[in-house]
Amino acid sequence: MIDFLTSQFGISLVMVFGIVNALLGITVYCIFFERKIAAWIQDRYGPNRVGPWGIFQLVADGGKFLFKEDIVPGHVDKVLFIAAPAISMLVAFVGFAAIPWGGQWQVNDRVVDIQVANPDIGLLYVLGVASMGVYGIVIGGWASNNKYSFYGAIRATAQMLSYEIPLGLCILVVVLTMGTLRLEEITVQQAGTWFGVIPQWNVFLHPIAFVILFITALAESNRAPFDLAEAEQELVGGFHTEYNALKFGMFFLGEYAHMITASALICVLFLGGWHFPWIPWTQPEATHFGAVIAKTGVLCGKIAFFIFLMMWIRWTLPRFRFDQLMRIAWKALIPMTLALFVLAIGLLYFGLHRSGWALVGNMAILVVSMMFAAFSQTPVTGRASNLPPIRESTFGMAATSGEITT
Amino acid sequence: MIDDKDIVMVDEPVLSVGERFYLPQILDGMRTTIRHLFKTLFGRPITIQYPEEQRELRVANYRGVHRLNRDEKGRVACVACYMCETACPAHCIHIDAGESPWEDREKYPIKFDLDELRCIYCGMCEEACPVDAIELTTEFSLVSRTREEMILDKEELLAIHDRTVAEKPRKNPRITGYENTGDRPREPAKNRTNLAKEEGA
Repeated sequence: MIDFLTSQFGISLVMVFGIVNALLGITVYCIFFERKIAAWIQDRYGPNRVGPWGIFQLVADGGKFLFKEDIVPGHVDKVLFIAAPAISMLVAFVGFAAIPWGGQWQVNDRVVDIQVANPDIGLLYVLGVASMGVYGIVIGGWASNNKYSFYGAIRATAQMLSYEIPLGLCILVVVLTMGTLRLEEITVQQAGTWFGVIPQWNVFLHPIAFVILFITALAESNRAPFDLAEAEQELVGGFHTEYNALKFGMFFLGEYAHMITASALICVLFLGGWHFPWIPWTQPEATHFGAVIAKTGVLCGKIAFFIFLMMWIRWTLPRFRFDQLMRIAWKALIPMTLALFVLAIGLLYFGLHRSGWALVGNMAILVVSMMFAAFSQTPVTGRASNLPPIRESTFGMAATSGEITT
Repeated sequence: MIDDKDIVMVDEPVLSVGERFYLPQILDGMRTTIRHLFKTLFGRPITIQYPEEQRELRVANYRGVHRLNRDEKGRVACVACYMCETACPAHCIHIDAGESPWEDREKYPIKFDLDELRCIYCGMCEEACPVDAIELTTEFSLVSRTREEMILDKEELLAIHDRTVAEKPRKNPRITGYENTGDRPREPAKNRTNLAKEEGA
């Protein structure tokens, strides 16, 4: 039995059970902390009635979701309507399979990976599964047979299409630098320090790629300020307008699980995954059980930081308008990531891909794009410059309507 | 129709280089929100935890549930003059006046019904009352199971007076010490019964 549990297959099974259950709990408590952080930012208490500090609020909410009448409206496509929240949650959870949680564990004479699977194409797998997340939203919006929901679905599609490009390019920069798609290998390569102080994380090589990847991750997981697919104020909830009870809860959980996947991916790609400098247990050489726990803890801490960052941003920034969203993707992020991509290729050609020149190149790209931003004549509102100025057109309309009424 | 001179044109703000790049502005906003977060975490949120904590209400001018005052002898102070019923914009006061059993006034309310559901708590009745008999208190959590229970009668309104008088004494009992009004002693009022008595005698 012990022998089976310590084989790679046994570990994978344990990880599947552990991760799914832990994630369900964590996503639920993410919702709790989202509400708490929102309250703190707005000078409020937040949920504090159910249990000490309100920690059982989510149990109460979950119970409510469970026992509510599960309404399926008559005008919907039933099969897709029921499938959509399941897809949304499923793809968000499946992505965790390739995340390296705790490095390697040496049991007796065996070395097992503390992750469900360690495929050669781990990164590609996470990317592919994560981009399937939009299916839940699109199918949900389509099956609802409702104009607002459909609008939300269309927005989600266009947004995903636009933000997949900078996301993919940012990941390509990491892949070029690291030379592998294996997430465990990427983490191991980032272990170690420069000059004994700076950890060899990719964020110090390609900070701009890191920031852009974070922005696109926000957009990919439909978080504010990129949550145009739900947009309560305009679309009455968008794709989930027709959903209630447990199906709505599943969409909700799916969103938060997606956030955790995105954070985990960012941590592995740019922040060294489970590696933390100066702690011997979080170095790749440490493979005993304590090290596994320490590494998992470090990765979870990093993920928690990113989730906090996402919540912090959500309660700070207003939602982008759709044309602004598109402009950010196509006019800012894609050119910058293309430049980063070319930079990474160039550095790789000269064998400088893990030297300070990457940082220098990033800073150069930042300066150039800031200069573009400074000297471009496009107004912030995105109004094309060849349109008549607002002043004249408003007066013209006022004058005409005045003539008609009087 | 809005006059052209009344239209104020607002130009798009001219953004500086940093503002055009979005990110510094975003960081600025995030600094504000994190400041609030820490202020709330280590200070005190502005929320009042309602059932446990209660806001301090301004007794003098808070407009809650009504009460009917008693005079210094414990009788209902109302003289059934219908001023409040007339002033009430929501028509929620219904008075049945009867002849006063007391010597110092002509009328008193046999019935005084006040529909707290129709009431808009404007305080006009309090303004209108010449003897300061009707007043609004700081009670606001009035609940009932039926609409009928929300129509308070005279006894209930007097009971509200009894439980709020310690917190809010009757505002202006000056006029309503009826015998002492004016500088000369008041003659017994000549109402219909008195007249009938005189005629009979």
